[in-house]
Amino acid sequence: MRLRSGFGLFALAAAALAVAFLVLPVVAIFADVSPGRLLDALGEESAQEALWLSLRTTLIAIAIVIVVGTPAAYLIGRRRFRGRALVLTAIELPLVMPPAVAGIALLAALGPHGIVGGWVEDAGLELVFQTAGVVVALVFVSAPFFLRQAIAAFAALDPRPLEAARTLGAGQFRTFATVAVPSARPGLAAGLALAWGRALGEFGATLLFAGSLEGVTQTAPLAIFSEFSRPGGFVSALALSAVLILVAALILVGVKLLGADRAVEVGPREESR
Amino acid sequence: MSAPGPLRIEAEMPLREFDLALAVEVAAGECLAVAGPSGAGKTTLLRIAAGLLRPPSGRVAIGEEAWLDTAAGRDLPAERRRCGFVFQDYALFPTLSAWRNVAFGMRGPRRERRRRAEQLLERFGIAALADAHPGSLSGGERQRVALARALAAEPRALLLDEPLSALDPESRRAAQRELHDLLEELRIPVLLVTHSEQEAGLLADRIATIDRGRIVSLEALRPGGDRPGR
Repeated sequence: MRLRSGFGLFALAAAALAVAFLVLPVVAIFADVSPGRLLDALGEESAQEALWLSLRTTLIAIAIVIVVGTPAAYLIGRRRFRGRALVLTAIELPLVMPPAVAGIALLAALGPHGIVGGWVEDAGLELVFQTAGVVVALVFVSAPFFLRQAIAAFAALDPRPLEAARTLGAGQFRTFATVAVPSARPGLAAGLALAWGRALGEFGATLLFAGSLEGVTQTAPLAIFSEFSRPGGFVSALALSAVLILVAALILVGVKLLGADRAVEVGPREESR
Repeated sequence: MSAPGPLRIEAEMPLREFDLALAVEVAAGECLAVAGPSGAGKTTLLRIAAGLLRPPSGRVAIGEEAWLDTAAGRDLPAERRRCGFVFQDYALFPTLSAWRNVAFGMRGPRRERRRRAEQLLERFGIAALADAHPGSLSGGERQRVALARALAAEPRALLLDEPLSALDPESRRAAQRELHDLLEELRIPVLLVTHSEQEAGLLADRIATIDRGRIVSLEALRPGGDRPGR
């Protein structure tokens, strides 16, 4: 694209504005408070507890999303069936659902008076005001991000290597695990990064469904809000925010490296005929 | 490997533009070329044989063993047929190295599989590429890996879907000679889909020409080629 034209200059200005606007708040978090005060704020037990809880619950939620979501996405991505469009829409609905609505919906479904709340109780599970409830909320809001990417990645696979695997004696599971998943890895990794990021930032659904109990359900985003609401707590809120940004950036970079192709080239190169 | 007996395929299947109705028999050690215009049903025939496509009515058997018998409700899944398939664009596993592609259909400990995979790659003259990924191989090299991979699983029949069509003319001539020598050695039924009469003449014992899902001619290409089971 030529930059020395009217539109070129406009696009350049738009790109500069977009990057500046997105980066400025992130820079501000680190610029507003001295590193010493940030470290002090992080020394507080409640802050450490919230971070540790966030790490634990997001890890468990992401593990559930991967273990259940990967084979589910393979099935939905590789098969054409009646009502497939409906299933895809249902999966994507939580993406556009306001988080507070998600929390209310989870209460209505799994809460003590929810439509399957009785079964949840009979199974001996307590979710409301419990750490397990945080995990449920995180799975609900983050799974669609992974599923969407994973379904698209599996749907885009060349079907012939999958068929070749079967002619070589590989059953469905081995074909899935050794051919489909490695070939879909870049898409799966991208979905993983989005889902994890979404889980780490989860606020509304967790607050409404699991509450904000320090040490039990108060994840880092909830602790940030709690500190922010407390007189003189702004610095602690900033410190926690800074750590969350660093963790989120680490996840993004780590997962991008995981999805990066090494010696892999998907699909055959064109041969001159 | 014991001689597996002939491969018999009978299938009837409605396709988009015509109804496929085919019956072919290939003896062990014989190569039957299947020729005909694009979309005539050649690849469909191979897919039915391999179990990748199930016709509403049909029977596929190797020797006395039925892989598919719709009348008897029998349909052995593709992974249990041991039917070697070389796809037109080879369909190598892009994330696996050449030797792992070849070893995919083998059983046994890793070291043993690697040794046998390397022997096969050696047989095809590409042992040096054992650790290369498909993306970095030339068309001719990929074709050899695909052949080695299909043979490594000790198939009871071999299906070749235009195995040389993705090659430039020069590598194609070399690959034809190699394939010719290989087919001389194999003691299993081989079905070869090809567009080229010259290729069929060099490699096959008989040639069946298919048009719109039917066999329109069946000719012997070499002495004894009209007697299956030479």
